[in-house]
Amino acid sequence: MRRAVGALLRKDLLVELRTKEAVPAMALFSISTFVVFHFGLDRSSLDGSLAAGVLWVTLLFAAVLGINRLFVAEVEQGGFDGFLLAPVDRTSLLVAKALALLAFLVLVQLIAIPAFAFLLLGPSLWQALPELLAVLALADIGLAVIGTLVSAIAIRTRARDLIVPILLLPLLIPVVLAAAQATAPLLALDGAGPLPGRWLAILAIYDGVFGLLAYAIFDFLLED
Amino acid sequence: MTYGKGLRPLAALTALTLTAAFALVFFFAPLDADQGFVQKIFYVHVPIGIVALVGFMAGGVFAIQHLRTRDPRHDLRSYVAIHIAIVLALGTLVTGSIWAKASWGSWWVWQEPMLVSFLIVFLLYACYTPLRFSIEDKERQARYASVFAIVAGAFVPLNFAAVRMAEAYIHPRTFATTGGGMPGDMFLTFLVALAGVGLLFVTLWKYEMASKNATFKLRALRRTLAGDELAPVPRSAAPTL
Repeated sequence: MRRAVGALLRKDLLVELRTKEAVPAMALFSISTFVVFHFGLDRSSLDGSLAAGVLWVTLLFAAVLGINRLFVAEVEQGGFDGFLLAPVDRTSLLVAKALALLAFLVLVQLIAIPAFAFLLLGPSLWQALPELLAVLALADIGLAVIGTLVSAIAIRTRARDLIVPILLLPLLIPVVLAAAQATAPLLALDGAGPLPGRWLAILAIYDGVFGLLAYAIFDFLLED
Repeated sequence: MTYGKGLRPLAALTALTLTAAFALVFFFAPLDADQGFVQKIFYVHVPIGIVALVGFMAGGVFAIQHLRTRDPRHDLRSYVAIHIAIVLALGTLVTGSIWAKASWGSWWVWQEPMLVSFLIVFLLYACYTPLRFSIEDKERQARYASVFAIVAGAFVPLNFAAVRMAEAYIHPRTFATTGGGMPGDMFLTFLVALAGVGLLFVTLWKYEMASKNATFKLRALRRTLAGDELAPVPRSAAPTL
């Protein structure tokens, strides 16, 4: 299975590197959203829970763009057929796609978070960077797992672009809630507060439960 | 399989239990010292909320059985259970909103974790029918809907835990201690109301299953009689056997 995952992941990253379809669009979308938030809220610098909320809503919506595109090449260019013909464990597609989505999210955040710090954030980003990275890592895993599952459900429906957001947003509310609550004290104006551990615990539980669940039922989305 | 069997006594029992529950609510249960008469909405709001959540979970369990056995009847069971639970969930939101207005002075209270969690769960399950409707192939529709029902079923408790942690706890602590933090006669009334709504759910579920099965049988008979001249079945979100 490790070899299959490696091959699929390499294929996805190579396709992204050559077509540059998802990541640049997601990054550009996040920066535009920061500008929209600046005018929508009429604030030139944000801190605390407002900053955390703006950051996480933006990252979530940017992720929706990538999740919409995740399996498009598989359907349009016969990737599913090729994969189903290969004698490999079908769950390896889930793992590979989730890892690819995780890589896209990390790349987007490498651009979006500095842009956020530059454009909107009042307090310095450096004051709590390690804690922020921990929150980002746990939330990104949740986004990647649920995103891959929802993308695989929606790709074979007629209204693909509509099904992804309406399914994804309610499912990801606990992630956004926990991530925003954990991030808020890190971005406080009067120095970073301590990282609330229970939010990390909620994120970790969410990742674990849905990771195992996706692993158990992903096969059923591939039988055709 | 006949779902109509035993439907009549079950319906009678449901009507009896619900009547008894309402009689207890109005003539037996004491008035709440703080909230007065409006507190009686509790005997509707909490039972339909609990039954709606149980209905969602039941939909998930039927979905697991469907994926394991590939029997489309399990998919039909899951569909009907979720369908009725969505209606009850809507009722929970409306009654909860009325209660919030009466006792906290606002139609919607974001600090109230149960109400907010319920809204999120309702929004998620509201996608169930559109998802089914947008998949044409019946076998794939059933499979994907089951995957959704399982994921959503697991999501329900997690979501409640996360939202409850996020908000200050102002919901009445009805079951804070064993036997209920409320007087015995209130708790008895609540239990009868819960049994009534639970029976109502089972009755509606059986009734809908019987109705669907009758429709499928009728369609099969018509097809045998009319041959291929019969107009094709229109696209629908409901499973067909």
